[in-house]
Amino acid sequence: MDHLNAVGLSILRPDGLAKVTGRALYLDDLPERGCWHGTTVRSPHASALITSIDVSAVTDPDVKIVTAKDVGPRNSVHLIHDDWPVLADGRVNHVGEPVALVTAPTLARAVTAAREVKIVYEAQPPVLDLDQALKGDPRTGGRPNVLATCDINHGNVDAGFAAAEVIVEGEYETGHQEHAYIEPHGVIATPTLGAGSEFLGVDIVGSLQCPYYVHKALTYLFDMSADAIRVRQSVTGGGFGGKEDYPDMIAAHAALLARASSHAVKIVYERQEDIIATTKRHPSRVRHRTGIKRDGTLVAMDIDVLLDGGAYITLSPVVLSRAVLHAAGAYACPNVRIRGKVLATNTAPNGAFRGFGAPQSLFAVERQMDKIAWTLGIDPLAVRMRNAYREGDATPTGQILKESVSAVAVLEKAKTSTRFSERHATNSLARESREDSGRVLRGIGLSLFWHGSGFTGNGERRMMSRGAVRLRADLKIEVLSSSTDFGQGTEGVFRQIVADACGVSLHDVVVHVPDTAVVPDSGPTVASRTVMVVGGLLRRAGEKLAESLRMFAAHQSGVAPAGVLLHNGVFETELGRTPFAEIARKYVALHGPLDAEATFEPTPNSTFDEATYRGDAYAAYGWGANVVEVEVNPDTFVTRITKLTTVSDVGQVVHPVMCAGQVEGGTLQALGWGYLEEMKMKDGRYLNDRLQTYLIPTMADTPDMETILLENPTAHGPFGAKGVGELPMDGGAPALLQAIENATGIALSRIPATPERLFEASKMRRS
Amino acid sequence: MSTSYKFTLNGEETEVSGPPMARLLDVLRRDLGLTGSKEGCGEGECGACTVLLNNEAVCSCLVPLFQVEGASITTIEGMAPQGQVTDLQRVFATEGGAQCGACTPGMILTIRSLLKRYPRPTREQMREYVSGTLCRCTGYERIFRAVEVLTGQRTPEGVADAPVAEGARE
Repeated sequence: MDHLNAVGLSILRPDGLAKVTGRALYLDDLPERGCWHGTTVRSPHASALITSIDVSAVTDPDVKIVTAKDVGPRNSVHLIHDDWPVLADGRVNHVGEPVALVTAPTLARAVTAAREVKIVYEAQPPVLDLDQALKGDPRTGGRPNVLATCDINHGNVDAGFAAAEVIVEGEYETGHQEHAYIEPHGVIATPTLGAGSEFLGVDIVGSLQCPYYVHKALTYLFDMSADAIRVRQSVTGGGFGGKEDYPDMIAAHAALLARASSHAVKIVYERQEDIIATTKRHPSRVRHRTGIKRDGTLVAMDIDVLLDGGAYITLSPVVLSRAVLHAAGAYACPNVRIRGKVLATNTAPNGAFRGFGAPQSLFAVERQMDKIAWTLGIDPLAVRMRNAYREGDATPTGQILKESVSAVAVLEKAKTSTRFSERHATNSLARESREDSGRVLRGIGLSLFWHGSGFTGNGERRMMSRGAVRLRADLKIEVLSSSTDFGQGTEGVFRQIVADACGVSLHDVVVHVPDTAVVPDSGPTVASRTVMVVGGLLRRAGEKLAESLRMFAAHQSGVAPAGVLLHNGVFETELGRTPFAEIARKYVALHGPLDAEATFEPTPNSTFDEATYRGDAYAAYGWGANVVEVEVNPDTFVTRITKLTTVSDVGQVVHPVMCAGQVEGGTLQALGWGYLEEMKMKDGRYLNDRLQTYLIPTMADTPDMETILLENPTAHGPFGAKGVGELPMDGGAPALLQAIENATGIALSRIPATPERLFEASKMRRS
Repeated sequence: MSTSYKFTLNGEETEVSGPPMARLLDVLRRDLGLTGSKEGCGEGECGACTVLLNNEAVCSCLVPLFQVEGASITTIEGMAPQGQVTDLQRVFATEGGAQCGACTPGMILTIRSLLKRYPRPTREQMREYVSGTLCRCTGYERIFRAVEVLTGQRTPEGVADAPVAEGARE
């Protein structure tokens, strides 16, 4: 694509210098300008009735306290279902649930007053995990408390099993995962006050992913018009999904305190509070029953996906949908039945986390493929290669994969880059012939995975996102969207896309901070949709803007519009070359700023039936293969990851360094989830609610990484780009477990692969 | 309870009054307005608040104010003169060493300290020295690479599309 001047280059990210000099202002760095501070009184119980709330011991005259009775009739976080209270009313359903809010001129005074709030509870027996949830929940009269279901039926599963030569069954489990963004949650709410100090609206600045989600939640909470609420993103220190849903809650809290006190109120969570209160990755239990031919060909898959949703519905139906849609893996199978269910427990609501259900179901199917390979005595690469999707194959929803299918390509590349099969076989032999028990065991493991870009099914059609560009009076082209950069590099890649769409230099393009008073609703920054979907809108908006300027330039120079090109910042006609700024200056002087906007346009002839789960689930898919190499100490069962090779196809790469950064960072999160990160719980309380006890990978845990980007373009993204954000979370854990199995012969079906778990399982090793 | 303490901060003599056990991090952020040092955990685990105390990387959330009397402290704001960046900072920006940026000030100061000890560090030396500073975004690979570019062990991958302030060198 020789017309691309910016896309494909690793340009300096626009926020780079501010971040390396410490000048970037995160929420807690913003000038406080006399704002008050808020704190939250939380439930110590997993399940309890609230008998009384007594604030009479609070003596500080300035302090304002808000409880459920002050919230008003719309006491819920307006997300999918309105079941998640902003403040607990009458009962609590998890430890850490917010019950009362306190604000004061200083944080110390707010904290002191919060300690003086006396809440009396009547504890009830809680439901704390999937085993208990399956037995039944008192909240639903002793029946399992089902928050969401989602089923897929493809082909004839019974006939498929009847034709199978071998049947393999397995059950796989994953636990909570904490996002552990380095900047905890924070928000400042500034009230708009009328002449009599009445509350007219609120201005929110926060560390968040989805400004329009917060906007929607607050217009609902206060039953106010859209223009009464303004939401802006501050520089955000990581999100990974953790700042998708929860900012609705903390912004609501700060806004309620701002209303109560008539002051701006800041709430910043300390790390421990952040871990206790905010969402986690859904724990999962996935059962597989697979019918195969002796050569490894899949003929039937029967899959049960069970997720622990926590106390409220929040985003669980959508997480389940993505889990189910990815549950059969990147493999063609003519007969598939998938049943998905989310059950409630008395734990903090589980929510969005990079991958959004897919890492859980892909972990299960990848381990199941390993079990199939072991059962048949073939290598784990061979069983994958045999069944990997090819162009023209049908997915479990009946979607025909028509373009940009790279399952075989990523496997081939992973194989040749690592000499996988040969080394896998060598390690197996070494393990079986091992005599010296003190020797370190070496293993290599591989996974194959896919990830749908953008919202599932009709999500994009329903959202009808908008993106805009504007030629400003200062002759800069400004990008206007609600997509947030919380580290990924969104601002940089949007500049690149718009520069090339318009045909101008990167220096002519700036990105406006996401602010609901200024930018159109481009949807939330989730679901690997930013580059492919919103980037696509911005490309079209940029092309419209350039078109208007070319028309203007043609008119100015008296040539036909078709005779004008705008390329790399220069208008070219048969009469000569004119710099972009010159034409832009004339345009703005005559007509003022020029706006162009694009709205999402669904792919023609693409349908998805949400009732039957048939049709095109995603416009495009990213594809990945991971190869993980490990050394396991046979005495301590401590695993050291020595090398990671990733092969990813995310279509046209907009910025190679940042794209690789997404892959590497996401894969390390996946590996951490696979062997280090374990949220331990007792009586509904997280035991390791600090970074000292919840371990995430450090540099010492991190292997050298080889990051290979294949570029198989899609017609559905700008310049052929697909989504990259979540794909890297999908394959690390199963590849790691296969590598540990290759080293030790221990086949774990549950993560994390801690030394304790490996030791327990060593008594039942395969082979 | 307040006592006066004198120390050198980013090359300038500074005097601060506060309780002896006040956290240096709060003194820097709240009293002196230097918000480049971040609080990620408040217990010395994440390293986002790292500053140099007499050229040693320390977590400023664990340093009581009385301990800095007479010491020399460098924060991220003191790495380079206003409007300039060091080569170390520049490679972090151009080579993907910074994503969300919340760990970045602490990470850069930790690595500055590392480079004093190991001017051309191997990955094993980096792993040992830098493991106290957590990054959740990058997977560390681009941090390794940025240091390798800086120390001439690797060719750059990033392209600077805007002039990067020159001049300040380590």
